[in-house]
This record gives sequence, C-alpha cells and structure tokens, in this order.
Amino acid sequence: MIIQLKDVDYIYNPGTPFEKKALDGINLEIEEGEFIGLIGHTGSGKSTLVQHLNGLMKPTKGKIIIDGQDLSSKETKMKIIRQKVGLVFQYPEHQLFEETIYKDIAFGPKNLGLKDDEIEQRVRDAMELVGLDFEELKERSPFELSGGQKRRVAIAGVIAMKPKVLILDEPTAGLDPKGRDDILDEIRKIYDKEMITIILVSHSMEDIARLVNRIFVMHKGKVALDGPTREIFTRTDELEAMGLGIPQITKFMKTFKSRGHVIRDDVLTVEEAKVEILNYLRSKKDA
Amino acid sequence: MLKDITIGQYFPGTSIVHKLDPRVKIIIVALFIASLFFVTNFVPYIFILAFIAGVISIAKLPVKFIIKGLKPLMFIILITFAINLFMTKGEVLVELGPLAITKEGLRQSVFMALRLVFLITGTSLLTLTTSPIALTDGIERLLSPFKRIGLPSHELAMMMTIALRFIPTLLEETDKIMKAQMARGADFESGNILSRAKNLVPLLVPLFINAFRRADELATAMEARCYRGGDGRTRLNELKFVTRDYAVLTGMTLFFAAIVSTRYIW
Amino acid sequence: MNEKNKNLMIDIQNVSYEYSSYIDESIQLAVKDLSLQIERGEFFVVLGHNGSGKSTLAKMINGLILPSRGEVLVNGMNTRDEDKIWDIRSTAGMVFQNPDNQIVATIVEEDVAFGPENLGIPPAEIRKRVDDALEVVEMTEYKNHAPHLLSGGQKQRVAIAGILAMEPDCIIFDEPTAMLDPSGRLEVMETIKKLNQEKNKTIILITHYMDEAVEADRVMVLNEGESVMLGTPKDIFRQVDKLKSLGLDVPQVTELVYELNKEGYNIKDDILSVEELVDTL
Repeated sequence: MIIQLKDVDYIYNPGTPFEKKALDGINLEIEEGEFIGLIGHTGSGKSTLVQHLNGLMKPTKGKIIIDGQDLSSKETKMKIIRQKVGLVFQYPEHQLFEETIYKDIAFGPKNLGLKDDEIEQRVRDAMELVGLDFEELKERSPFELSGGQKRRVAIAGVIAMKPKVLILDEPTAGLDPKGRDDILDEIRKIYDKEMITIILVSHSMEDIARLVNRIFVMHKGKVALDGPTREIFTRTDELEAMGLGIPQITKFMKTFKSRGHVIRDDVLTVEEAKVEILNYLRSKKDA
Repeated sequence: MLKDITIGQYFPGTSIVHKLDPRVKIIIVALFIASLFFVTNFVPYIFILAFIAGVISIAKLPVKFIIKGLKPLMFIILITFAINLFMTKGEVLVELGPLAITKEGLRQSVFMALRLVFLITGTSLLTLTTSPIALTDGIERLLSPFKRIGLPSHELAMMMTIALRFIPTLLEETDKIMKAQMARGADFESGNILSRAKNLVPLLVPLFINAFRRADELATAMEARCYRGGDGRTRLNELKFVTRDYAVLTGMTLFFAAIVSTRYIW
Repeated sequence: MNEKNKNLMIDIQNVSYEYSSYIDESIQLAVKDLSLQIERGEFFVVLGHNGSGKSTLAKMINGLILPSRGEVLVNGMNTRDEDKIWDIRSTAGMVFQNPDNQIVATIVEEDVAFGPENLGIPPAEIRKRVDDALEVVEMTEYKNHAPHLLSGGQKQRVAIAGILAMEPDCIIFDEPTAMLDPSGRLEVMETIKKLNQEKNKTIILITHYMDEAVEADRVMVLNEGESVMLGTPKDIFRQVDKLKSLGLDVPQVTELVYELNKEGYNIKDDILSVEELVDTL
C-alpha cells in the first residue's frame, strides 16, 4: 500500500465565521501501480486532498501514511515525501522560471542534492518521457515554447524527481484537442513505462474513461464513490445528483438500452461502443 | 500577520460617517494630522480623543478592531516612547546606569507616543469608513485642479484601483507558485538571509512574468472596452457635495482651527 | 451603407495579418487572405486549434489590431478609420479567455460600468444599463461583491455584463470557456445563447470545444490562418476524417456513426446528439 488516509479532516479558517470543512472524514487506500481518477465539481475538496498527499497541507485531524511513513511523525522528512509524491499543479507552465529548459527541469533533482551526471541523466529521461527532444531543446528558453510544450517541460520537472506517485491536477486544462490528446498519451506512456502510481484529477469524464482503472468521486469534502471505472460510470443517477456527467458515448449506450434493446451499457470508449453496436446490428440481421 | 493589519481595511456600514463625501473625509483627516503637530499641550488632546471617540461611536466601529490595528505598529510607538524617555534633558527623576529619566522626558515620551497613536487611529478611521473606490474617487477629484500643472490625477487613481483589484489575485498566485516549487523540493524557510533571498528566485521570476502577462491582457481588455484616459469619462456614482457635507466640513474646520489656536493661548 | 448589405454585421475582405516570428524574425502569416461575411443576428462559431489564427482574427474585428492587407468592416465602418474606432469597439464588444484579467474594478457593478463610463454616458443612463446588464447575466444579487471572490463562471458573466452595458450589436467571444470548469462552461454557454436568442445579438464565438459549435448557425474551421471549412454544424461534423486531421474533435456519437458506416452500414451521417442517434438506430 503506497497511500493510506485514516479519518482525515481539514478545516479552513477554524474558529472564524469563514470556517469551512474542506475534507470530512476521508478514508482511502491506494495500492502501488494503480491509475486513479479523482473527480468532483469545483469546491468538492479535490485540490485540498491532493495537497495533503505530499505534505503541502497538514490535516486538522486524522492520519496520512505515505509509503509506510506517517506524515505527522517528527522523523518524517518532508523533502523525502515530496520526492516520493510528485505533484503537478494546474497550469504548471506558470511556475517555470529558469533561463533554459535544462535548468528548469533540473531544479527538482538539484534540490534533492543529486550529482551532476545523475541530474543530467534524469533530465534526459524526463524529457524523453514527455516527448521533448533533449539535444534540440535543452539550451532553449522555456518561455519561447508553445503552451502545450511549456506544460510538458513543467511535467518533466516533476518526473525528473522520480516520484513513486505522480499526481496531475487538470493536466489538460486550456489545451486544444490535439494538445490534450498528446499530453494524455504521454501520461499513459509514463504509467506503462515507469510502473508508478498515478492520480489524475480531471473534469473531463472522457479523459478519465480513457485512462484510469479506479475512480474516487469527491463530494462536499467526502469520498462519495470509490470503485473501478466501469462500475462508477454505470451509476449515472448518483453522478448527476453531484453535478457530474458521464462520457457521451456511455450515455448513448445507456439511453439505447433503456429503449428496450439488449445491449451492454458499461462501455467507456467509442471503440468499445462500435464493437457492441456491430454485434447488436448483426444479431438483429440474423434473427 | 497580514490579516492583523487593519490600516487600509474597510469596515462597511451605513452611518453618516460612511455616507459623507470622501473628499470631506480626506480634508478632515488632513486637518486632523496638521492640527496634531500644532498641539504642544495635553489639554487639546482631550478634545482630539473626544473627536476620535465620537467618530467611532457614530460609525459604530468595534473598538477592539481599532486596538488590533495599533498592534502591528506597537514596536514603533514603543521605540518613540523610549527614545523620548531617555534622550530628553532636564530634571532627573531616576538614574539607571548611563541612562536617566527626567521629568521632561517622561512628559515628552507620553506626549509623543499619544501623538503617534492619534495619528494612526485618525488615519485608519478614514479607511475604515470609506470604501477603496470612494477613496480613490475622492483623491482623484481633489487632485484634479492640479491637472493643469501636469499632475496625472486620473491615472494615479486608476493605478490605485487596479492595484487594489489585483492584490488578492496576486496573493493567491504567490501561494500557488510557492507550493508548486515546494513540491519540487524548494525550501523557503531555512538558511541564512543570503541563501533565503536566493531561494526566492523560483518564486519571484514566475510571479513577475505572470504579473506582466496579466497587465498585458488587462490593457488589451481595457482598450477593447473603449478606455482612453480620463478625458470625457463619466462615472456611475458621481461625487456630489450635499448640505450635510458642507455643514460637517465647516464644523470640523472650526473645530481644528480651535485646536490649533490652543498653541497660541497656552 | 447601401440597402443591399443592411443586414451585414461583419464584412471581412481578403484579410491577411503578418507578424515577425520572435525566434528567427522571419515574416509569418497568422491570417491568410481570409474573406468572411457575418449577418446581423447570426450565431457564428470559429473552430480551430491553438495557433490557427483565431485570436488574431478576433482582435482584427474589434480594431485592436489592423490587418496587414485587406479590410475589416463592422456595421459598415472600416477598422482603419481612426475616428470610428470607439464606435467599432462599442458595436462589436469583446470577451476574453481569462476572466481575472479583464475585470478592472473592485466591485462588480463598478466594473460593469467601466465601458459606459469610458463612452461618456450620463450617470443615470449608466445606472440603468448596469442594472439591465447584470439582470441579463443573472448576477444582480452579486452587484456589490468583490470580483475575486466569485467563481470562474460568475466572473466571466460579469465580464459579459461589462460588454453588454456598452450596448453592442455584436459580441466576439475569444475562448470564453477555456479556463472554466464544466458548470462554469455551462453557465457561460447558456448566457451566450440567451444573448443571441433573446437579445438578438450577433455572436462570434471562437473556441476549440466542438460541443459549443453544435448549436451555431454556421461554423468556420480555421487552420494555419485559412478558412478550410465553412457551413452548418451538420455539414462540418459529418467530415470526421478531415476534422481529426486538423486536430479537432467530433462528438463521440458522430464518431460512432462514422465508424459504423466504415463497416458498411448506411446510417445518416449528420448526427450530433445522443437522442438523434438513439432515434435513428
């Protein structure tokens, strides 16, 4: 088990009229190698939760254990926790600051106190993972790049720390469809190659459906639903009550089934729907 | 810490103090500050204190709030007190090694400390009862006669408004960038002054770049909304002097004139 | 203006826009010889990926930048005519992507008043316009709030009210939902549709979200500064292959139909919504 939360509460501005319970009795366990989707509308507590996982925020109550280390224990070094749990914030390109792409990606590994040749190897690997050409780009300024490329530099900056858990908060926000597909493909590649745990925070049900194997649904500071992707997306009514949708293709299959057609409705992608509908059409023809 | 500073904060209300034209309030505060420097005696302080107490009770401001506002400046007040206490020559009351407290020193230190307290309280009464928008409007209108000699009163007011608008946004952004760099192992809390200053680079560079980007986008948006400087511009809420404003201004001018005159009577 | 084109809101004639690349200072074209006419009252969507020239086009319509070649006419006024620039900007108002960076004042209603104040409208009239505009975007109850405490969707609606208070005939939206969450996107899209249907505003919506184009009167797809597709949403979206090659999405149901037809079926290929497809199959 890589991440474990026990009865975690977080209260903003305690004891003032602005008091707000952002996390309310969170219990969850994440195994190594899982690909988690974290969904919920704005203000449901998603961002607060992920900031607890690398110690940027401290729980008001409860216990957080990362890779066997209790975050509240005095012996636990935050630097090590932040190396283990890499967090890519929303619009990460807004935090770039170095003159060259190389230096910016090297910032994290440098803070870990690594040797120069180890740093170079890590920058090289990280750039390759996110699809940036090391030789061509290392000496360029990150600020000359396009929006999508800047974002990759920022993501590489976190990957270069070699985290065991990679958390991405809305990594596709503001990108166009191509930029979005590229980033999602790279995340998939990182997951397959590096065998790490990934937590993807997203508003896009299509993105979630395409990538993750397990979903947490946050609602009003609580984990309202937790289960395999396919199962969560069949619970349309509950999701809609929380202001969330399902992918259009899943919705179509559901509506089609509800009209009395014998068909599976737990599909997640257009490819799956195609196979299912083709079978259906063929069986109808035969009959 | 930042939350404790009440200077510059606005405490909304509907009292007559809140409703007064901001120009009247700015002029009164100017008179108030000027008259403080004319006072040489404790007796007029009674009237000054009465004035402050009067404004607080009419505006229904919580006294706790005002005392809290003094706290961050306590250090300066105490230093002023100490310097005056030990540095004034005269009839010695107590001797503490090389330092001596004199009778004149005691009087002077209490007097100066009170002056500072009045100065801070009086100024914060203005900001507590006047919204930032009314305040900038008031300043702009008061300075507008100086436009002829080249003072950009409208531009100054616009800069103040935009600054006020973007302070919360930039604070939020600072917090976000700080956390993002901490997630990459940055350390903003330890080390000596030099290394701490160096550690701020990953925070300050993105903050400036983002601020410039925001400024650029804001300028474009303002231009698209037909902004072209102060000439020919009207306002949603035009400032207008009403009888109440004239009355208060006259009354207060006389009051502070009386206070100033005490210098020449006693 | 002659009788024939009285209904013409925007007339773009052979427009090109050049800029020098900041990497090697070579001359690049953001918009290439583009011609386009938009009618009064139309809901017109410009689709294109980032860097396709969409924003440059928007800024040219509003007179924020002038074309290198060709003419842009807004309600018959040429954007090159310096005397008309304020008329042009108050006729074709513009809402930008980042809601934070277009709100000027510290109070919602003061911000909505900013445009009319710049136009020198008398205070009583500004008051009326501000109240009306906030009513239209359903933000009246927030009129005395500080903008930084609002949600993204609410901020964007305040920005829309600020443009509406200038009483424009046409509003250009430059990716107004790109930075919003799904509920914010929905709020803004509802407001845009309402402005078109109830207030008869001409809408030019620039976006890369295909679902926002589904209800438009016409859609233009921009690629490398050129108009590569122009037509009704149904005409555009049935060309799944072409859209994909341009780096754009199609609705998942449209894609499904396209895939099924590839397998030899013959389903109506201009389906855009779940209901349509359920009814067809």
